Amino acid sequence: MNHLSEGIVYTETTVYSPPEQYAADAPYQIAIIDLHRGDAAAPQQRLTVRILASSMAERAQIGDRVTFVEDRNGVAYFRKAVPAK
Amino acid sequence: MRPVAVIGIGKTAFGALANRDLRSLAVEAVGHALADAGVSPARVESFYLGNFAGPSFVGQNHLAPFVAASAGFEQIPCTRFENACASSGSAFFHAWQSVAAGIYDIVVAAGVEKMTTQSTPRVAEILAGAGDMSTEGLAGATFPALFAMIARRHMHQYGTTREHLAAVAVKNHANGAKNPLAHMRKVITLEQALAGKPVSDPLTVYDCSLVSDGAAAVVLVPLDRARQFTGHPVRILAVAQTSDHLALDSKRDITVFPSVISAGQKAYAMAGLGPRNIDFAELHDCFTIAEIVASEDLGFVEKGMGGPFAAEGCSAIDGRLPINTSGGLKSKGHPVGATGTGQICDVVQQLRGAAGDRQVQRHRIGLAQNLGGSGATCVVTILGSEA
Repeated sequence: MNHLSEGIVYTETTVYSPPEQYAADAPYQIAIIDLHRGDAAAPQQRLTVRILASSMAERAQIGDRVTFVEDRNGVAYFRKAVPAK
Repeated sequence: MRPVAVIGIGKTAFGALANRDLRSLAVEAVGHALADAGVSPARVESFYLGNFAGPSFVGQNHLAPFVAASAGFEQIPCTRFENACASSGSAFFHAWQSVAAGIYDIVVAAGVEKMTTQSTPRVAEILAGAGDMSTEGLAGATFPALFAMIARRHMHQYGTTREHLAAVAVKNHANGAKNPLAHMRKVITLEQALAGKPVSDPLTVYDCSLVSDGAAAVVLVPLDRARQFTGHPVRILAVAQTSDHLALDSKRDITVFPSVISAGQKAYAMAGLGPRNIDFAELHDCFTIAEIVASEDLGFVEKGMGGPFAAEGCSAIDGRLPINTSGGLKSKGHPVGATGTGQICDVVQQLRGAAGDRQVQRHRIGLAQNLGGSGATCVVTILGSEA
């Protein structure tokens, strides 16, 4: 498993008033996440990402675990992790 | 270093001024400031113009001489300063340096922005350029989004509420309603502020400053020459400018602005004062959360208590530390490049006791805090009445 594939949401917002370039995406969720590096001694890496969510329930909140989905034009897209059963 | 005084202030109205262009706004503000100081344009030795995005908003570059020639300045150094929303705070800082260092005796610092020619999405895109376009900007973070993420984290760490944010908007609108030069002279209720249309959760339209046109200017001279020009000089007790990372995700704790803390500390040290000595302040409320964070970072209130401070009326005109008696960026308006010098004008007006029905009771020492982007630049100025 890629050691940068998971993160914890540090903060987030849903953008309703987008810049021209992303007008078609709105509303969309952005989050700053702390990436898990797998090594407790390593400094955390913080990243600004998009959260993929098709409903309010899928939006991530502070403290939620998120997993990497894909990279689109240099932007990392993550999804809220489904809690283990 | 020589002590420096502000002897003249001038502002245009802030607003959506459809029939006014960038140059005419800047020239009007400079004209008012020179008239207030009793100085003719020919005596001005250097000109410092703050402007954030004239090239993007109106397609004009080379702005300082563009304005200066129409303001009547001839063959003097004219330079544009760009530090996002702290552009004219930065112009003021450099104007002060040149007089303090003894290089010039009479200088003008001004700021101008013409924003309302562009659509809201285009304005959002231009403003986003004050953040890091290679990371947060690329991900689609607008400025409201960046400050919304700060607000979310502040709520999480300190229990700040939507009501606290709304209290800042209600207070600043109450003040701005009494300011004849304010963009939106409208009193709002807490219920209205809470029910505002969402811009970027948890911020609504009532948490965001206005997109405005406008200009402001000030005239600076050495303090020992100030009385030749005016009966009510204001002394610059301190000015400090600091910098930090552009990107929010490169900060460890986004609920503080290190640039505000360090500019505040430097300014307090230079003035030989502390937060307790400040009678009133103009803080950079580009968003309601920004006023809350700045009031904490400048030491007016304990960390995390900026929300209750506003909600309890401590920062109202009749509170123990009035903040944004002009209406702030929220109600007065935020023509980005004009905001820094605009704040200086507002503080000077209070120090002169000339703020009319917005006048604060204690007006001996005032502070202005001008923030660039999400904190990558900060300018803190402390001014004192010499009357």
